[in-house]
Amino acid sequence: MKECYVARSRSVAARQLGEEMVIMSAADSTLFNLNPIAALIWKAADGKTPLTKIVAEQICPEFAVEEGEALRDAEGFVRELAAHGILLLAETPIAETSVRVDKTR
Amino acid sequence: MSLMEQVNRKALGLGVPLSVHLDVTYRCNERCEHCYLEHEGTDELTTDEIRDFLAQLAEAGTFFLTISGGEPLLRRDCFEIIEYARGLKFNVKLKTNAVLVGKEEARRLRDAGVEQVQVSVYSHKAEIHDGITKLPGSLARTLEGIRLMREAGLKVTLANVLMRSNAADYFGVGELAAVTGAQYTLDPTITPMLNGDSSILGLRLPSESLRTVFRDERLVGDVGEFCAPPAPIGDDIREGIPCSAGHTSCYVSPRGEVYPCVQFPLACGSLRRQSFAEIWAESAQLREVRGIRAKDLSTCSTCAHLGTCTRCPGLAFMEGNMRGPSSADCEKSYVRTGVVTAGMMREEGFSGRGVGRMELVQIRL
Repeated sequence: MKECYVARSRSVAARQLGEEMVIMSAADSTLFNLNPIAALIWKAADGKTPLTKIVAEQICPEFAVEEGEALRDAEGFVRELAAHGILLLAETPIAETSVRVDKTR
Repeated sequence: MSLMEQVNRKALGLGVPLSVHLDVTYRCNERCEHCYLEHEGTDELTTDEIRDFLAQLAEAGTFFLTISGGEPLLRRDCFEIIEYARGLKFNVKLKTNAVLVGKEEARRLRDAGVEQVQVSVYSHKAEIHDGITKLPGSLARTLEGIRLMREAGLKVTLANVLMRSNAADYFGVGELAAVTGAQYTLDPTITPMLNGDSSILGLRLPSESLRTVFRDERLVGDVGEFCAPPAPIGDDIREGIPCSAGHTSCYVSPRGEVYPCVQFPLACGSLRRQSFAEIWAESAQLREVRGIRAKDLSTCSTCAHLGTCTRCPGLAFMEGNMRGPSSADCEKSYVRTGVVTAGMMREEGFSGRGVGRMELVQIRL
């Protein structure tokens, strides 16, 4: 994959529950329970920050994981959520209008 | 354990009000004969008060938000409320009669990302449906609203409250759901009015009709399994909570009063005097409700149906004791399985059904 930008979809419901995050896809009503690493990626998915930077600057320092392995896991995770319409993926930054400000904690 | 059960368990452990039902108004354009509300529209929370409350709910961790009424679309700011709630990432379900839903309203609900719209439909026959709602032409307008919402891509559920006057029509409503691509749900529960008036209970489905419903495989699937006698009860059931009301869910009235559930009129606090977090954490009433385990129920704890009964603590409360049985649920358990409930055994008149009251004799061996 070339550089990957991720943005939260406007059409989902999401809430922090303890250390995890609960997300429901509006498209197919699938419920997801994100672990703390996945929740961090979700929160950082502003459409402007590349996934490599999110992994390097937020995931690795916070969870003490090797960058290459963390990136592979992160790519798999964002693809799965994108398949359910929960995240938007692009090779270029994603416009603000399709993201809308996320007021979730 | 399903993911939803895991989420519920986690919310219970954390003390999070995962699901909240908000009635934004008691005003309604229908006058359904079985309705438990009085339809005055005074002193409703303002738009700003509701926005503030929703922000508090998001902070408290609420995920599922049901917006209902009355007819919520009678509020001019209803879409503003829905859109604000979606901005806070709630999973929003709207309960409406769809009479006021046109093409533009359907589009706005879809664009806001409403998860599901639940619409009350009582019959596929206009004379029956309109007779219940007391609004001439309501079935036609409701079905048009449903059509427009489905056309816009919204998920719609037809909620069929079943009572004497529409007892024979549930299959027709189910077919309407199938034709429109909607889901179908049936509820045979008529509750007393929140002001305590129980006169509408006479509308409840007679036992014989309820028996027919519970044995219709189109509704319940495997009748043998659905109507099977209750299984033995383990300690997990006895130590468990009887209902999520007040534990992971609650109800808020149009005036900002907080209750454990829409069917549980035990006032726990007012949003106009306290924050939601304060009420949720400190209400003496909620603490009392949360302290009740299945083993503490005064009659039901010894009932064979304890693990499978749909006992509603709110209905029990309205009958005088939140720890007591709910006679409507006793009847449902009995009609479903043929096995007498502990609540029925305690009733004076039950001997007329063939099981007389007798002295309890302890035999020492």
